[in-house]
Amino acid sequence: MAAVAQLTLEDLRAGLGWRKQLDKLFVIVGLLVMIACLAILAILFLDLVRDGASRFGWDFFTSFPSRKAERAGILSAAVGTTMIMFVTALVALPVGVAAAIYLEEYAPKNWFTGIIYGLLALGLFVYQFGLGQSVLSAGLTLALLILPIVIVATREALRSVPKAIREAAYGLGATRWEVTRDHVLPYSTGGILTGLILGLSRAIGETAPIITIGALSFIAFLPPSPVSGEFPFLNFEWLRSEFTAMPIQMFNWVSRPDQAFQANAAAAGAILLGMTLLMNALAIWIRYRFRKRINW
Amino acid sequence: MNAVPATRVAGAFSSLRFRKGRDRLVELILLLAGLVAVFTTIAIVCVLVYESSFFFRTVSIGEFLTDTMWTPLFADARYGILPLVSGTLTTTMVALLVAIPVGTTIAIYLSEFAPHRLRETVKPILELLGAVPTVVYGYFALLMVTPLLQKLIPGLPGFNMLSAGLVIGLMIVPYVATVGEDAMRAVPRYMREGSYAMGATRLQTALRVVVPGALSGIAAAYILGISRAVGETMVVAIAAGMQPQLTFNPTEPAATITAYIVQVSLGDLPHGSIGYQSIFAAGLVLMLITLVFNVIGFFLTRRFREAY
Repeated sequence: MAAVAQLTLEDLRAGLGWRKQLDKLFVIVGLLVMIACLAILAILFLDLVRDGASRFGWDFFTSFPSRKAERAGILSAAVGTTMIMFVTALVALPVGVAAAIYLEEYAPKNWFTGIIYGLLALGLFVYQFGLGQSVLSAGLTLALLILPIVIVATREALRSVPKAIREAAYGLGATRWEVTRDHVLPYSTGGILTGLILGLSRAIGETAPIITIGALSFIAFLPPSPVSGEFPFLNFEWLRSEFTAMPIQMFNWVSRPDQAFQANAAAAGAILLGMTLLMNALAIWIRYRFRKRINW
Repeated sequence: MNAVPATRVAGAFSSLRFRKGRDRLVELILLLAGLVAVFTTIAIVCVLVYESSFFFRTVSIGEFLTDTMWTPLFADARYGILPLVSGTLTTTMVALLVAIPVGTTIAIYLSEFAPHRLRETVKPILELLGAVPTVVYGYFALLMVTPLLQKLIPGLPGFNMLSAGLVIGLMIVPYVATVGEDAMRAVPRYMREGSYAMGATRLQTALRVVVPGALSGIAAAYILGISRAVGETMVVAIAAGMQPQLTFNPTEPAATITAYIVQVSLGDLPHGSIGYQSIFAAGLVLMLITLVFNVIGFFLTRRFREAY
């Protein structure tokens, strides 16, 4: 007890003053660390855009890869990415939403890194199912990869629909599917779309899994067009076509020792980055719009 | 009131039967979709084990685990996984040395010190950074960070694990920061107020009350970061070189498990060859390493879970 009594008010004040200084110090350190982190990333992104600036132009979008850096473009890569994203969305949306409706409680987790999905696809899709190293294999692989994202987003959207709405519909004699289709799903559209777009923005930059299933980096032709002039107007040959994609093209250019290709890599990277950011912005906008429209 | 005609009642019943039947059918379709989601994990394990089983018919497990050379594609083929594991662990270590202190500091700052407006602005930006394609980070590592490091460390080779690790670290800072921040925000307000009432300052409250209270969530954030660093592929494939080498020295070039898989996939390897089988064996090891960290994480989060 004696020791406690000897602590004067001055001692306490001095101790507290020192601890308060520490507080202020941490505020500065924390702020600096965060700003430094964001600044480094910002500088890297700006540098990327600057390095690629010389290559932005119509030719870059309409040229095939080439041995000469200044003539090389991203046409086949951009078309490949578009087709793969189309397949991915077409598979991930229905399967993801259906799975989320069924798995009310269970949410699968993304346990594995992208390249492991690539190995799954290589063993299963490419060889066991005989789909080959095709646009279809790539689209299915990325669909599996983003399925957990779509499922989690859908589940959250479904859960946010108030119980009263379901009960009112059941009370009028609707079956489970009718309640889901006519009431729960329409209210969840915003959340589901947001999840799908976020998933696609993840898929668009995934490089490793599609390298694993055998994307080629030098493709100087386009897959057959999905729309044709004659009956039946649609053809599905493009699904079986070999392909390349934006991140693959960028990887190929980065790994070349020739300096001239680095500008191409930077330009492709800036475009890829721009598409990713655009998709994320779109997702945020959709979420905001739908939230504003719904008043329970 | 007129009686409802019998035919209409019958019609309503048959329509109900149709609707109930349709419900069953829809439920079956939904079940199938659910199975796809659940069985992806099982399929991954099966494919890895199945394809590796061919590899282990040629290579003994003893050689696989103890040999110090990994050269499956050379004429003098050696099949020791250790060089790939050492590369993976070294880049992961460098990445964590960046991501854990920086990520944790940002998380504490955002959760306990930052003004509301700042937090609401920074968090979406951090989440956006998580969506940047990793091949872009590979470009940074090889063409921006490595030249910078070469000025600081003379004689640093153009491909090295240090640069790749640093960039991976920077890449996973947003994950550690946002997941950690979520965990700290979940600590109830009254615990902070109790601490303030005892005369503690903000920093003392943050470090001795909030962080211990959120430890299970923070551990989960670290495990997420580790999983991403272990599985990171493009940054190491681009910036760390692809020469398997048994070394823990980050200034040397080396290959990770993931980089090896990419390297093999880039070539045209015939289905069923030993090189083809070797990437599944490598993938199996990668999965096991990830699994070990996740199991550790599972027990850590259970051990530290605080019930409020």
